[in-house]
Amino acid sequence: MRMFERRQLVTPGELLAEGDYIAGENTYKEDNKIYSQKLGLVDFDDKKVFVVPLRGKYIPKVGDVVIGQISDVSLNGWSVDINSPYKAILSVSDVTGKAFSPKLDSLTKILGIGEIVIGKITAFDRSRDPTLTIKGSGLGRVSDGLIVNLTPTKVPRLIGRKGSMINILKRETGCEIVVGQNGRILILGKNPKKVELAVKAIKMIEEQAHISGLTDRIKSFLRAGRGE
Amino acid sequence: MSITPQIEPLAKIKSKRMIKLLTSGKRLDGRGLLDYRKIEIKNGVIEKAEGSALVSLGETKVLVGVKIETGSPYPDLPNQGALTVNAEFVPLAHRYFEPGPPDENSIELARIVDRGIRESGAINMESLVIIPGRLVDVVFVDIYILNHDGNLIDASGIAAISALLNSKLPVYRVNESGEAEKTEEYNPLPIRDCPIPVTLAKINDKIVLDPSLDEENTASAKLTMTFTKDGKICAIQKSGIGTFTLQEVIEAQKIAREKANEIRKNFFREWI
Amino acid sequence: MVTVQKLINEEGLRVDGRRLDELRPIRMEVGLLANADGSAYIEHGKNKIIVAVYGPKEAQPKHVSLHDRAVVRCRYHMAPFSTDERKSPAPSRREIEISKVVREALEPVIFTEYFPRSMIDIFIEVLQSDGGSRCAAITASSLALADAGIPLRDLVVGCAVGKVEGKLVLDPSDIEDKLGEADMPIAFIPVLGKISLLQMDGMFTEEEFIKALNMAKEACMKIYALQKQTLKEKYLQVEKEVRESLTLKE
Repeated sequence: MRMFERRQLVTPGELLAEGDYIAGENTYKEDNKIYSQKLGLVDFDDKKVFVVPLRGKYIPKVGDVVIGQISDVSLNGWSVDINSPYKAILSVSDVTGKAFSPKLDSLTKILGIGEIVIGKITAFDRSRDPTLTIKGSGLGRVSDGLIVNLTPTKVPRLIGRKGSMINILKRETGCEIVVGQNGRILILGKNPKKVELAVKAIKMIEEQAHISGLTDRIKSFLRAGRGE
Repeated sequence: MSITPQIEPLAKIKSKRMIKLLTSGKRLDGRGLLDYRKIEIKNGVIEKAEGSALVSLGETKVLVGVKIETGSPYPDLPNQGALTVNAEFVPLAHRYFEPGPPDENSIELARIVDRGIRESGAINMESLVIIPGRLVDVVFVDIYILNHDGNLIDASGIAAISALLNSKLPVYRVNESGEAEKTEEYNPLPIRDCPIPVTLAKINDKIVLDPSLDEENTASAKLTMTFTKDGKICAIQKSGIGTFTLQEVIEAQKIAREKANEIRKNFFREWI
Repeated sequence: MVTVQKLINEEGLRVDGRRLDELRPIRMEVGLLANADGSAYIEHGKNKIIVAVYGPKEAQPKHVSLHDRAVVRCRYHMAPFSTDERKSPAPSRREIEISKVVREALEPVIFTEYFPRSMIDIFIEVLQSDGGSRCAAITASSLALADAGIPLRDLVVGCAVGKVEGKLVLDPSDIEDKLGEADMPIAFIPVLGKISLLQMDGMFTEEEFIKALNMAKEACMKIYALQKQTLKEKYLQVEKEVRESLTLKE
């Protein structure tokens, strides 16, 4: 038995379904009852019950592209703040492609504290800090651009189905936009007005993330903005 | 700031055995679920203190010293004596204990013992006034943990009331100029009740009395209830990150009341 | 000269006009602090308490972290102006004890096992204090945890029962706590049916104790409904628009 309709607002501890259901994301099961773990919108996918959270931190996943900030330098690599409970580790060999020689190389010269990198999570299981690579197409050190923050739970909306939303954003603003799964967005554009338009569109997505028809609204917003 | 403590894990086979034994109503040291360890009380062990007692509860050893001095009354209680309870987890009692200011555990312990004594009205505070509104007796109860093997609360509570029961109260004479002068005489400290704290721990849905340190480290939560001589509850404290159902709390209360009576019967006969 | 104040009048009403089993007015709010990952504010009687939650975040200092779960830090603190007479800002023994029992009341609902080696901070500031401030602090803290998107088994609700002139009174105010004969704060986890905080000082018979427990539990269920309402109100607009667009599509 379902206690809620699709996309109704639920709070932690609320009973979502009872009986032959599967506990999906952000829910837990006890005595054949499924409860919500989070404040969010409940949804059903056949027998699966899950909650789309409205708030929450980014938890690393292998394969995720993230935007990080170098926060510390150690003997054999860097510690990178990826806006998550866990700092990512970036090893020297990943960056230089060769073994590190403390005599010849200075890590801070390669990547200093405060520098921004686009990286991909290569390993993580919560028992150890995630490891990061910045080798690969589209990855690496960032030397220019603007970073905008988005609630990590809303990143899927910014990307859209098969990249529909982000592609509109890129096309309509002419900006280069890199979406970090950790809720950090990098915007690169020559025209400051267009950069500003992209920032505004992202804020709009933040506010209206859970409302469908958003793609069309963003499209008309961007076109109107461009017309000015 | 309070932080989730790091508890030294028990050897896996030991905790496994503990839990297995519990399901058949036994404990690692051979006790039943609702048995105390051996209790010993030695009174008057520190001559310079106005009162003192050394209590052992199995391997747990607690010394309480009572000092009685004079001081100002609390502003809101001008015609009553004052009571201060403090607990020191001295480093010699366990490798866990570090020297330094009292941490949350020793503060909590002192406050639980304090509430038991204060709320039961064990000390006749009205009779501790030397000059009304100005000078009263201040009773300092200092709890000293000498060896920590669990259930510090019950050991400390029993030691505190024992020490108070053998405390002597200095007699003061107020002279013509209104000053208080200490005499050579002493009266017994006026005691009206005998509060006894009883602690139960919850391990895997089993309730055990007087937990040892190993048991405390395995338990999810503890519940301490302090009872007056009439069997009324005068203080309660749940501690630990576990929980209790309403029913468990009510049952625990019945067990604890009975156990408090048992302690009084065995060690404080005049308070039945 | 001491005037003996009667706390319950002939009609069975209390100093503030409440019945014996009546709660004080309660108002809550969530998400009011921009810097915190989650925040909440509660007015419960004259209590005014603000709570911020940060985390899960990297454990600092590292050596306090646990390999299999997040550690929870909790600080209950009273502002110097929160009391009749100025309170020293240094943490008192009472505040240290309350920080501990409040942490222990909240930890059972947090899925700390999802975030090993990390840390969750709960900062409670009592801006104005009244009776039952630890209970109100627990009610608000669980809202702040939910607002931070931290996975929870349930919300936690706090409420106290006192004894005044021989009668049990729900949710005692400052003066009832001070002049009364007993005060028993509890925290309740409705879905689990569990008590996560239980303290008492004063004098209760067995009968009074059991009655007080049930009174507190019932009141917690009322406050629980308010908590859920508070969380939902904040996002009601979101839900409305989402559901409207859903029906349009289908």
